[in-house]
Amino acid sequence: MEIDPFIFRLSIFILSIFVGYYVVWSVTPSLHTPLMSVTNAISSVIIVGAIIAALSGSSENIFENSTIFGFLAIILAAVNIFGGFLVTQRMLQMYKKKKK
Amino acid sequence: MSANLSAIFYLISGILFILALRGLSSPETSRQGNYFGIAGMIISIIVTFLSVGNFGPGFIYVLVFLLLGGSVGAFIAFRIPMTAMPELVAGFHSLVGLAAVFVAISAFLNPEAFSLGMVGNIKLASLIEMSLGAAIGAITFSGSIIAFLKLRGIMSGAPITFKGQHLINLLLGLAIILLIYYLCISQSSNIFWSLVLISFIVGVLLIIPIGGADMPVVISMLNSYSGWAAAGIGFTLENTALIITGALVGSSGAILSYIMCKGMNRSFFNVILGGWGATDQATSGQAKEQKPVKSGNADDAAFLMKNASSVIIVPGYGMAVAQAQHALREMVDSLKKNGVKVSYAIHPVAGRMPGHMNVLLAEANVPYDEVFELEEINNDFANCDVAYVIGANDVTNPVAKSDPQSPIYGMPVLDVEKSKSVLFVKRSLSPGYAGIDNDLFYRDNTLMLFSDAKKMTEEIVKSL
Repeated sequence: MEIDPFIFRLSIFILSIFVGYYVVWSVTPSLHTPLMSVTNAISSVIIVGAIIAALSGSSENIFENSTIFGFLAIILAAVNIFGGFLVTQRMLQMYKKKKK
Repeated sequence: MSANLSAIFYLISGILFILALRGLSSPETSRQGNYFGIAGMIISIIVTFLSVGNFGPGFIYVLVFLLLGGSVGAFIAFRIPMTAMPELVAGFHSLVGLAAVFVAISAFLNPEAFSLGMVGNIKLASLIEMSLGAAIGAITFSGSIIAFLKLRGIMSGAPITFKGQHLINLLLGLAIILLIYYLCISQSSNIFWSLVLISFIVGVLLIIPIGGADMPVVISMLNSYSGWAAAGIGFTLENTALIITGALVGSSGAILSYIMCKGMNRSFFNVILGGWGATDQATSGQAKEQKPVKSGNADDAAFLMKNASSVIIVPGYGMAVAQAQHALREMVDSLKKNGVKVSYAIHPVAGRMPGHMNVLLAEANVPYDEVFELEEINNDFANCDVAYVIGANDVTNPVAKSDPQSPIYGMPVLDVEKSKSVLFVKRSLSPGYAGIDNDLFYRDNTLMLFSDAKKMTEEIVKSL
Protein backbone atom coordinates (compact mmCIF):
# COMPACT_ATOMS: atom_id res chain seq x y z
CA MET A 1 0.00 0.00 0.00
CA GLU A 2 1.21 3.45 -0.84
CA ILE A 3 1.51 6.19 1.76
CA ASP A 4 -0.61 9.26 1.14
CA PRO A 5 1.65 12.34 0.51
CA PHE A 6 -0.43 14.09 3.16
CA ILE A 7 1.26 11.89 5.77
CA PHE A 8 4.67 13.14 4.63
CA ARG A 9 3.55 16.73 4.99
CA LEU A 10 2.07 15.97 8.39
CA SER A 11 5.42 14.46 9.44
CA ILE A 12 7.25 17.59 8.31
CA PHE A 13 4.73 19.70 10.19
CA ILE A 14 5.04 17.80 13.46
CA LEU A 15 8.83 17.60 13.31
CA SER A 16 8.92 21.35 12.64
CA ILE A 17 6.84 21.97 15.75
CA PHE A 18 9.49 20.11 17.73
CA VAL A 19 12.30 22.03 16.05
CA GLY A 20 10.43 25.26 16.78
CA TYR A 21 9.94 24.24 20.39
CA TYR A 22 13.64 23.70 21.05
CA VAL A 23 14.84 26.64 18.97
CA VAL A 24 12.47 29.11 20.60
CA TRP A 25 13.35 28.01 24.13
CA SER A 26 16.96 28.85 23.31
CA VAL A 27 16.04 32.43 22.34
CA THR A 28 17.28 34.83 24.99
CA PRO A 29 14.36 36.64 26.72
CA SER A 30 15.85 40.04 25.91
CA LEU A 31 15.24 39.28 22.22
CA HIS A 32 11.61 38.25 22.57
CA THR A 33 10.32 41.36 20.81
CA PRO A 34 12.56 40.84 17.74
CA LEU A 35 11.48 37.19 17.86
CA MET A 36 7.87 38.26 17.44
CA SER A 37 8.63 40.63 14.61
CA VAL A 38 10.79 38.13 12.73
CA THR A 39 8.26 35.29 13.12
CA ASN A 40 5.76 37.73 11.75
CA ALA A 41 7.96 38.41 8.75
CA ILE A 42 8.63 34.75 7.98
CA SER A 43 4.99 33.71 8.32
CA SER A 44 4.35 36.08 5.43
CA VAL A 45 5.91 33.41 3.21
CA ILE A 46 2.19 32.84 2.66
CA ILE A 47 2.90 35.23 -0.21
CA VAL A 48 3.78 32.15 -2.30
CA GLY A 49 0.08 31.19 -2.21
CA ALA A 50 -0.88 34.74 -3.07
CA ILE A 51 1.48 34.78 -6.07
CA ILE A 52 0.10 31.49 -7.41
CA ALA A 53 -3.45 32.84 -7.00
CA ALA A 54 -2.64 36.18 -8.64
CA LEU A 55 -0.94 34.55 -11.64
CA SER A 56 -3.73 32.04 -12.24
CA GLY A 57 -5.74 34.38 -14.49
CA SER A 58 -5.59 34.39 -18.26
CA SER A 59 -3.56 37.10 -20.02
CA GLU A 60 -6.78 38.75 -21.36
CA ASN A 61 -8.32 38.93 -17.95
CA ILE A 62 -5.67 39.53 -15.32
CA PHE A 63 -8.12 40.74 -12.69
CA GLU A 64 -10.91 38.30 -12.07
CA ASN A 65 -12.61 37.17 -8.89
CA SER A 66 -9.99 34.79 -7.61
CA THR A 67 -6.90 36.68 -8.77
CA ILE A 68 -8.02 39.91 -7.12
CA PHE A 69 -7.86 38.21 -3.74
CA GLY A 70 -4.39 36.99 -4.69
CA PHE A 71 -3.23 40.50 -5.53
CA LEU A 72 -4.70 41.87 -2.28
CA ALA A 73 -2.93 39.14 -0.34
CA ILE A 74 0.35 40.04 -2.10
CA ILE A 75 0.08 43.63 -0.86
CA LEU A 76 -0.68 42.56 2.71
CA ALA A 77 2.09 39.97 2.82
CA ALA A 78 4.58 42.38 1.21
CA VAL A 79 3.88 45.01 3.89
CA ASN A 80 4.68 42.34 6.44
CA ILE A 81 7.78 40.96 4.76
CA PHE A 82 9.49 44.30 4.28
CA GLY A 83 8.12 45.82 7.48
CA GLY A 84 8.86 42.74 9.58
CA PHE A 85 12.43 42.13 8.46
CA LEU A 86 13.39 45.82 8.44
CA VAL A 87 11.98 46.62 11.86
CA THR A 88 13.70 43.50 13.23
CA GLN A 89 16.96 44.65 11.69
CA ARG A 90 16.46 48.11 13.18
CA MET A 91 15.89 46.65 16.63
CA LEU A 92 18.79 44.21 16.48
CA GLN A 93 21.12 47.03 15.45
CA MET A 94 20.40 48.69 18.80
CA TYR A 95 21.54 45.79 20.96
CA LYS A 96 25.10 46.64 21.91
CA LYS A 97 27.60 45.29 24.34
CA LYS A 98 29.27 47.37 27.00
CA LYS A 99 32.22 49.35 25.66
CA LYS A 100 35.26 48.19 27.51
CA MET B 1 10.91 24.51 -12.82
CA SER B 2 9.98 20.93 -11.91
CA ALA B 3 7.82 20.33 -8.86
CA ASN B 4 10.51 18.26 -7.18
CA LEU B 5 13.21 20.88 -7.64
CA SER B 6 11.00 23.66 -6.30
CA ALA B 7 10.05 21.47 -3.33
CA ILE B 8 13.75 21.18 -2.49
CA PHE B 9 14.18 24.94 -2.67
CA TYR B 10 11.16 25.43 -0.41
CA LEU B 11 12.79 23.05 2.05
CA ILE B 12 15.95 25.17 1.94
CA SER B 13 13.87 28.27 2.72
CA GLY B 14 12.32 26.43 5.63
CA ILE B 15 15.78 25.61 7.00
CA LEU B 16 16.88 29.23 6.58
CA PHE B 17 13.85 30.31 8.61
CA ILE B 18 14.84 27.89 11.37
CA LEU B 19 18.33 29.42 11.34
CA ALA B 20 16.76 32.88 11.54
CA LEU B 21 15.12 31.97 14.84
CA ARG B 22 18.20 30.11 16.01
CA GLY B 23 20.24 33.30 15.55
CA LEU B 24 18.15 35.02 18.20
CA SER B 25 19.77 32.94 20.93
CA SER B 26 22.24 35.77 21.41
CA PRO B 27 22.40 39.39 20.24
CA GLU B 28 25.71 38.78 18.41
CA THR B 29 24.29 36.10 16.12
CA SER B 30 20.86 37.70 15.77
CA ARG B 31 21.67 40.07 12.91
CA GLN B 32 23.09 37.21 10.87
CA GLY B 33 19.95 35.24 11.68
CA ASN B 34 17.81 37.99 10.24
CA TYR B 35 19.76 37.79 6.96
CA PHE B 36 19.08 34.04 6.83
CA GLY B 37 15.38 34.85 7.16
CA ILE B 38 15.55 37.40 4.35
CA ALA B 39 17.43 34.92 2.14
CA GLY B 40 14.80 32.26 2.80
CA MET B 41 12.05 34.66 1.81
CA ILE B 42 13.79 35.69 -1.42
CA ILE B 43 14.35 32.04 -2.39
CA SER B 44 10.69 31.20 -1.76
CA ILE B 45 9.42 34.09 -3.85
CA ILE B 46 11.78 33.46 -6.80
CA VAL B 47 11.07 29.73 -6.81
CA THR B 48 7.34 30.45 -6.86
CA PHE B 49 7.73 32.73 -9.89
CA LEU B 50 9.81 30.10 -11.70
CA SER B 51 7.47 27.22 -10.92
CA VAL B 52 4.37 29.14 -12.02
CA GLY B 53 6.32 30.20 -15.11
CA ASN B 54 3.83 32.88 -16.11
CA PHE B 55 5.82 36.00 -16.99
CA GLY B 56 3.02 37.72 -18.85
CA PRO B 57 1.44 41.05 -17.94
CA GLY B 58 0.14 39.52 -14.71
CA PHE B 59 3.73 39.10 -13.54
CA ILE B 60 4.36 42.84 -13.92
CA TYR B 61 1.32 43.55 -11.78
CA VAL B 62 2.54 41.11 -9.14
CA LEU B 63 5.87 42.96 -8.98
CA VAL B 64 4.10 46.31 -8.78
CA PHE B 65 1.86 45.16 -5.94
CA LEU B 66 4.83 43.56 -4.20
CA LEU B 67 6.79 46.81 -4.31
CA LEU B 68 3.73 48.81 -3.34
CA GLY B 69 3.17 46.76 -0.19
CA GLY B 70 6.91 46.58 0.39
CA SER B 71 7.39 50.33 0.36
CA VAL B 72 4.49 50.80 2.78
CA GLY B 73 6.08 48.18 5.05
CA ALA B 74 9.54 49.72 4.78
CA PHE B 75 8.15 53.18 5.48
CA ILE B 76 6.39 51.93 8.63
CA ALA B 77 9.48 50.00 9.76
CA PHE B 78 11.72 53.07 9.61
CA ARG B 79 9.25 55.54 11.08
CA ILE B 80 7.75 53.57 13.96
CA PRO B 81 8.94 54.68 17.42
CA MET B 82 10.20 51.81 19.57
CA THR B 83 7.55 52.50 22.21
CA ALA B 84 4.90 51.60 19.60
CA MET B 85 6.31 48.13 18.91
CA PRO B 86 3.43 46.24 20.59
CA GLU B 87 0.78 47.81 18.38
CA LEU B 88 2.98 47.45 15.30
CA VAL B 89 3.35 43.73 15.91
CA ALA B 90 -0.39 43.40 16.53
CA GLY B 91 -1.05 45.26 13.29
CA PHE B 92 1.34 43.02 11.37
CA HIS B 93 -0.34 39.91 12.78
CA SER B 94 -3.66 41.14 11.46
CA LEU B 95 -2.16 41.42 7.97
CA VAL B 96 -0.84 37.84 8.04
CA GLY B 97 -4.28 36.68 9.15
CA LEU B 98 -6.08 38.55 6.41
CA ALA B 99 -3.58 37.39 3.78
CA ALA B 100 -4.30 33.79 4.85
CA VAL B 101 -8.02 34.43 4.47
CA PHE B 102 -7.53 35.91 0.99
CA VAL B 103 -5.35 33.04 -0.19
CA ALA B 104 -7.93 30.57 1.10
CA ILE B 105 -10.70 32.47 -0.69
CA SER B 106 -8.86 32.45 -4.00
CA ALA B 107 -8.07 28.76 -3.59
CA PHE B 108 -11.77 28.14 -3.00
CA LEU B 109 -12.84 30.22 -6.01
CA ASN B 110 -10.21 28.83 -8.35
CA PRO B 111 -9.06 25.42 -7.11
CA GLU B 112 -7.66 24.43 -10.53
CA ALA B 113 -4.86 26.99 -10.15
CA PHE B 114 -3.63 25.12 -7.07
CA SER B 115 -4.51 21.70 -8.55
CA LEU B 116 -6.99 20.98 -5.76
CA GLY B 117 -9.81 19.78 -8.00
CA MET B 118 -12.61 21.72 -9.66
CA VAL B 119 -15.09 24.31 -8.42
CA GLY B 120 -17.81 22.41 -6.59
CA ASN B 121 -15.62 19.34 -6.46
CA ILE B 122 -12.60 20.28 -4.36
CA LYS B 123 -10.61 17.46 -2.77
CA LEU B 124 -11.94 16.77 0.70
CA ALA B 125 -8.60 17.11 2.50
CA SER B 126 -7.84 20.39 0.72
CA LEU B 127 -11.25 21.73 1.64
CA ILE B 128 -10.72 20.98 5.33
CA GLU B 129 -7.22 22.50 5.24
CA MET B 130 -8.30 25.67 3.48
CA SER B 131 -11.33 26.20 5.68
CA LEU B 132 -9.19 25.76 8.81
CA GLY B 133 -6.64 28.19 7.36
CA ALA B 134 -9.40 30.67 6.54
CA ALA B 135 -11.08 30.35 9.95
CA ILE B 136 -7.86 30.72 11.99
CA GLY B 137 -6.70 33.50 9.67
CA ALA B 138 -9.95 35.40 10.15
CA ILE B 139 -9.78 35.02 13.94
CA THR B 140 -6.18 36.24 13.86
CA PHE B 141 -7.17 39.22 11.74
CA SER B 142 -10.10 40.54 13.76
CA GLY B 143 -8.49 39.62 17.10
CA SER B 144 -5.31 41.48 16.17
CA ILE B 145 -7.31 44.52 15.09
CA ILE B 146 -8.92 44.65 18.54
CA ALA B 147 -5.52 44.17 20.20
CA PHE B 148 -4.11 46.94 18.01
CA LEU B 149 -6.94 49.33 18.94
CA LYS B 150 -6.51 48.58 22.64
CA LEU B 151 -2.72 49.01 22.55
CA ARG B 152 -2.97 52.18 20.52
CA GLY B 153 -5.43 53.58 23.07
CA ILE B 154 -8.15 54.08 20.43
CA MET B 155 -10.22 51.54 22.33
CA SER B 156 -10.23 51.43 26.13
CA GLY B 157 -7.86 48.83 27.58
CA ALA B 158 -10.51 47.85 30.11
CA PRO B 159 -11.97 44.37 29.66
CA ILE B 160 -15.39 44.32 27.98
CA THR B 161 -17.50 41.57 29.49
CA PHE B 162 -21.18 40.76 29.25
CA LYS B 163 -23.47 38.02 30.44
CA GLY B 164 -23.36 34.78 28.51
CA GLN B 165 -20.11 35.75 26.81
CA HIS B 166 -18.45 32.38 27.23
CA LEU B 167 -21.60 30.59 26.09
CA ILE B 168 -21.76 32.66 22.90
CA ASN B 169 -18.07 31.98 22.19
CA LEU B 170 -18.66 28.28 22.72
CA LEU B 171 -21.68 28.25 20.40
CA LEU B 172 -19.82 30.16 17.71
CA GLY B 173 -16.89 27.77 18.05
CA LEU B 174 -19.27 24.83 17.52
CA ALA B 175 -20.85 26.68 14.60
CA ILE B 176 -17.42 26.90 12.92
CA ILE B 177 -16.93 23.15 13.22
CA LEU B 178 -20.45 22.45 11.90
CA LEU B 179 -19.98 24.81 8.98
CA ILE B 180 -16.72 23.11 8.01
CA TYR B 181 -18.56 19.79 8.14
CA TYR B 182 -21.39 21.01 5.91
CA LEU B 183 -18.95 22.74 3.60
CA CYS B 184 -17.27 19.39 3.00
CA ILE B 185 -20.61 17.81 2.14
CA SER B 186 -22.14 20.56 0.02
CA GLN B 187 -19.11 22.53 -1.31
CA SER B 188 -21.47 25.53 -1.17
CA SER B 189 -19.84 28.94 -1.39
CA ASN B 190 -22.47 30.45 0.91
CA ILE B 191 -21.31 28.20 3.71
CA PHE B 192 -17.71 29.15 3.00
CA TRP B 193 -18.52 32.87 3.28
CA SER B 194 -20.51 32.33 6.51
CA LEU B 195 -17.55 30.44 7.92
CA VAL B 196 -15.24 33.40 7.23
CA LEU B 197 -17.76 35.86 8.66
CA ILE B 198 -18.35 33.93 11.89
CA SER B 199 -14.60 33.54 12.36
CA PHE B 200 -14.18 37.32 12.11
CA ILE B 201 -16.80 37.72 14.86
CA VAL B 202 -15.14 35.09 17.06
CA GLY B 203 -11.83 36.96 16.79
CA VAL B 204 -13.44 40.13 18.11
CA LEU B 205 -15.30 38.38 20.92
CA LEU B 206 -12.18 36.49 21.95
CA ILE B 207 -10.06 39.59 22.56
CA ILE B 208 -12.49 42.20 23.93
CA PRO B 209 -12.70 40.66 27.45
CA ILE B 210 -8.92 40.76 27.89
CA GLY B 211 -7.49 43.75 29.74
CA GLY B 212 -4.59 46.00 28.79
CA ALA B 213 -1.91 44.48 31.02
CA ASP B 214 -2.67 40.99 29.71
CA MET B 215 -1.66 42.15 26.26
CA PRO B 216 1.69 40.30 26.37
CA VAL B 217 -0.29 37.05 26.41
CA VAL B 218 -2.71 38.22 23.73
CA ILE B 219 0.02 39.30 21.32
CA SER B 220 1.91 36.04 21.80
CA MET B 221 -1.29 34.09 21.31
CA LEU B 222 -2.16 35.91 18.09
CA ASN B 223 1.42 35.33 16.96
CA SER B 224 0.81 31.65 17.46
CA TYR B 225 -2.54 31.76 15.59
CA SER B 226 -0.99 33.49 12.60
CA GLY B 227 1.46 30.58 12.45
CA TRP B 228 -1.26 27.93 12.53
CA ALA B 229 -3.21 29.80 9.85
CA ALA B 230 -0.09 29.83 7.65
CA ALA B 231 0.39 26.10 8.27
CA GLY B 232 -3.23 25.41 7.28
CA ILE B 233 -2.68 27.23 3.99
CA GLY B 234 0.66 25.41 3.63
CA PHE B 235 -1.14 22.07 3.72
CA THR B 236 -3.64 23.31 1.14
CA LEU B 237 -0.88 24.45 -1.21
CA GLU B 238 1.26 21.41 -0.39
CA ASN B 239 4.11 23.83 0.25
CA THR B 240 6.88 22.74 2.62
CA ALA B 241 8.25 26.23 3.30
CA LEU B 242 4.84 27.35 4.48
CA ILE B 243 4.24 24.23 6.58
CA ILE B 244 7.64 24.52 8.31
CA THR B 245 7.22 28.24 8.91
CA GLY B 246 3.70 27.83 10.19
CA ALA B 247 4.83 25.21 12.68
CA LEU B 248 7.77 27.35 13.82
CA VAL B 249 5.69 30.49 14.29
CA GLY B 250 2.86 28.56 15.89
CA SER B 251 5.08 26.96 18.49
CA SER B 252 7.05 30.16 19.04
CA GLY B 253 3.88 32.09 19.87
CA ALA B 254 2.65 29.28 22.09
CA ILE B 255 5.91 29.24 24.08
CA LEU B 256 5.84 33.01 24.50
CA SER B 257 2.24 32.82 25.75
CA TYR B 258 3.32 30.16 28.23
CA ILE B 259 6.26 32.27 29.47
CA MET B 260 3.98 35.30 29.88
CA CYS B 261 1.32 33.32 31.76
CA LYS B 262 3.98 31.90 34.05
CA GLY B 263 5.24 35.43 34.68
CA MET B 264 1.80 36.26 36.03
CA ASN B 265 1.22 32.90 37.72
CA ARG B 266 -2.01 32.47 35.80
CA SER B 267 -3.25 29.71 33.60
CA PHE B 268 -3.68 30.37 29.92
CA PHE B 269 -7.44 29.86 30.18
CA ASN B 270 -7.67 32.26 33.07
CA VAL B 271 -6.18 34.98 30.85
CA ILE B 272 -8.24 34.08 27.78
CA LEU B 273 -11.51 34.01 29.67
CA GLY B 274 -10.58 37.49 30.71
CA GLY B 275 -11.69 40.10 33.19
CA TRP B 276 -9.01 40.00 35.89
CA GLY B 277 -9.04 43.71 36.64
CA ALA B 278 -12.80 43.83 36.39
CA THR B 279 -13.53 41.28 39.11
CA ASP B 280 -11.01 42.37 41.69
CA GLN B 281 -11.32 46.12 41.67
CA ALA B 282 -14.33 46.11 43.97
CA THR B 283 -12.52 44.39 46.83
CA SER B 284 -9.44 46.58 46.86
CA GLY B 285 -11.24 49.91 46.68
CA GLN B 286 -12.85 49.71 50.11
CA ALA B 287 -10.02 48.79 52.40
CA LYS B 288 -8.20 52.04 51.89
CA GLU B 289 -7.03 53.24 55.25
CA GLN B 290 -4.57 56.07 55.41
CA LYS B 291 -1.15 54.63 55.96
CA PRO B 292 1.93 56.78 56.40
CA VAL B 293 4.05 57.19 53.30
CA LYS B 294 7.48 58.75 53.03
CA SER B 295 7.84 60.94 50.02
CA GLY B 296 10.86 62.77 48.71
CA ASN B 297 12.11 64.90 45.86
CA ALA B 298 14.75 64.61 43.18
CA ASP B 299 17.53 65.93 45.44
CA ASP B 300 16.88 63.24 48.04
CA ALA B 301 16.93 60.61 45.35
CA ALA B 302 20.13 61.96 43.80
CA PHE B 303 21.82 62.05 47.23
CA LEU B 304 20.82 58.47 48.02
CA MET B 305 21.97 57.08 44.71
CA LYS B 306 25.21 59.06 44.53
CA ASN B 307 26.30 57.62 47.85
CA ALA B 308 25.26 54.09 47.01
CA SER B 309 27.70 51.50 45.80
CA SER B 310 25.15 49.59 43.75
CA VAL B 311 21.80 50.54 42.22
CA ILE B 312 19.28 48.32 40.46
CA ILE B 313 16.80 49.91 38.07
CA VAL B 314 13.36 48.27 37.74
CA PRO B 315 11.58 49.59 34.65
CA GLY B 316 7.94 48.93 33.77
CA TYR B 317 5.25 49.96 31.35
CA GLY B 318 5.11 53.44 32.92
CA MET B 319 8.63 54.09 31.62
CA ALA B 320 7.43 53.33 28.09
CA VAL B 321 4.40 55.59 28.47
CA ALA B 322 6.50 58.48 29.76
CA GLN B 323 9.26 57.78 27.17
CA ALA B 324 11.70 58.01 30.06
CA GLN B 325 14.30 55.52 28.76
CA HIS B 326 16.72 58.15 27.42
CA ALA B 327 16.56 60.26 30.58
CA LEU B 328 17.10 57.07 32.55
CA ARG B 329 20.25 56.25 30.60
CA GLU B 330 21.60 59.75 31.27
CA MET B 331 20.93 59.27 34.96
CA VAL B 332 22.77 55.95 34.93
CA ASP B 333 25.69 57.50 33.05
CA SER B 334 26.20 60.14 35.73
CA LEU B 335 25.83 57.55 38.47
CA LYS B 336 28.52 55.44 36.81
CA LYS B 337 30.80 58.47 36.72
CA ASN B 338 30.39 58.59 40.49
CA GLY B 339 31.55 54.98 40.68
CA VAL B 340 28.13 53.45 41.31
CA LYS B 341 27.50 49.97 39.94
CA VAL B 342 24.20 49.97 38.03
CA SER B 343 22.19 47.10 36.59
CA TYR B 344 18.65 46.71 35.27
CA ALA B 345 16.09 44.12 36.38
CA ILE B 346 13.35 43.11 33.96
CA HIS B 347 10.25 41.21 34.96
CA PRO B 348 8.96 38.83 32.26
CA VAL B 349 5.64 40.66 31.93
CA ALA B 350 6.96 44.21 32.24
CA GLY B 351 5.48 46.23 29.39
CA ARG B 352 2.91 45.28 26.83
CA MET B 353 4.74 42.54 24.93
CA PRO B 354 7.50 40.00 25.58
CA GLY B 355 10.88 41.77 25.67
CA HIS B 356 9.33 45.24 25.42
CA MET B 357 11.58 46.80 28.10
CA ASN B 358 14.73 45.28 26.62
CA VAL B 359 14.07 46.92 23.27
CA LEU B 360 13.43 50.31 24.85
CA LEU B 361 16.62 50.12 26.90
CA ALA B 362 18.57 49.01 23.84
CA GLU B 363 17.13 52.00 22.00
CA ALA B 364 18.48 54.27 24.73
CA ASN B 365 21.93 52.67 24.19
CA VAL B 366 21.90 50.64 27.37
CA PRO B 367 24.34 47.74 26.80
CA TYR B 368 22.42 44.47 26.93
CA ASP B 369 24.90 42.89 29.33
CA GLU B 370 23.75 45.31 32.04
CA VAL B 371 20.16 44.13 31.69
CA PHE B 372 19.09 41.05 33.64
CA GLU B 373 16.05 38.81 33.82
CA LEU B 374 14.15 38.14 37.03
CA GLU B 375 15.88 34.86 37.95
CA GLU B 376 19.34 36.21 37.19
CA ILE B 377 19.13 39.26 39.39
CA ASN B 378 16.56 38.60 42.09
CA ASN B 379 19.14 37.53 44.68
CA ASP B 380 21.14 40.71 44.14
CA PHE B 381 18.50 42.98 45.67
CA ALA B 382 19.56 41.89 49.15
CA ASN B 383 23.06 43.28 48.53
CA CYS B 384 22.04 46.41 46.72
CA ASP B 385 21.82 49.88 48.22
CA VAL B 386 19.10 51.46 46.11
CA ALA B 387 16.38 50.02 43.92
CA TYR B 388 14.98 52.59 41.49
CA VAL B 389 11.48 51.51 40.43
CA ILE B 390 10.33 53.45 37.40
CA GLY B 391 6.92 52.74 35.92
CA ALA B 392 6.59 49.26 37.40
CA ASN B 393 4.16 48.40 40.17
CA ASP B 394 2.48 45.00 40.52
CA VAL B 395 5.67 43.14 39.60
CA THR B 396 7.35 44.51 42.74
CA ASN B 397 4.47 43.92 45.16
CA PRO B 398 5.67 41.81 48.11
CA VAL B 399 2.03 40.83 48.78
CA ALA B 400 2.45 38.22 46.02
CA LYS B 401 4.74 36.35 48.40
CA SER B 402 2.93 36.84 51.68
CA ASP B 403 -0.84 37.07 51.24
CA PRO B 404 -2.62 33.97 49.93
CA GLN B 405 -5.83 36.04 49.64
CA SER B 406 -4.31 38.39 47.10
CA PRO B 407 -5.21 37.84 43.45
CA ILE B 408 -1.55 38.10 42.51
CA TYR B 409 -0.43 35.60 45.18
CA GLY B 410 2.18 33.27 43.76
CA MET B 411 3.17 35.55 40.92
CA PRO B 412 6.95 35.76 40.68
CA VAL B 413 7.96 39.27 41.78
CA LEU B 414 11.20 41.22 41.99
CA ASP B 415 12.43 41.29 45.60
CA VAL B 416 12.81 45.05 45.53
CA GLU B 417 11.99 45.46 49.22
CA LYS B 418 15.17 43.60 50.20
CA SER B 419 17.43 46.42 49.04
CA LYS B 420 18.53 48.99 51.62
CA SER B 421 16.29 51.65 50.19
CA VAL B 422 13.70 51.78 47.46
CA LEU B 423 12.99 54.80 45.29
CA PHE B 424 9.55 54.44 43.74
CA VAL B 425 8.70 56.84 40.93
CA LYS B 426 4.94 57.05 40.53
CA ARG B 427 2.40 59.73 39.83
CA SER B 428 0.14 58.88 42.76
CA LEU B 429 -0.57 56.16 45.29
CA SER B 430 -3.21 54.61 43.05
CA PRO B 431 -3.07 50.84 42.79
CA GLY B 432 -1.65 49.19 39.71
CA TYR B 433 -3.40 47.35 36.94
CA ALA B 434 -4.40 44.41 39.11
CA GLY B 435 -6.22 46.85 41.40
CA ILE B 436 -4.11 45.82 44.39
CA ASP B 437 -2.52 48.20 46.82
CA ASN B 438 1.26 47.86 46.76
CA ASP B 439 2.59 47.10 50.22
CA LEU B 440 5.95 48.48 49.16
CA PHE B 441 4.68 52.09 49.30
CA TYR B 442 4.36 51.95 53.10
CA ARG B 443 7.64 50.28 53.95
CA ASP B 444 10.15 52.20 56.06
CA ASN B 445 12.87 51.86 53.47
CA THR B 446 10.70 53.17 50.63
CA LEU B 447 10.87 56.74 49.45
CA MET B 448 8.07 57.69 47.08
CA LEU B 449 8.91 60.13 44.30
CA PHE B 450 5.57 61.51 43.15
CA SER B 451 6.05 62.70 39.61
CA ASP B 452 6.04 61.77 35.95
CA ALA B 453 8.73 59.15 35.32
CA LYS B 454 10.56 61.23 32.73
CA LYS B 455 10.36 64.53 34.59
CA MET B 456 11.58 63.02 37.85
CA THR B 457 14.47 61.23 36.17
CA GLU B 458 15.52 64.43 34.38
CA GLU B 459 15.43 66.34 37.67
CA ILE B 460 17.60 63.70 39.30
CA VAL B 461 20.09 64.03 36.45
CA LYS B 462 20.25 67.77 37.15
CA SER B 463 20.90 67.37 40.86
CA LEU B 464 23.55 64.75 40.23
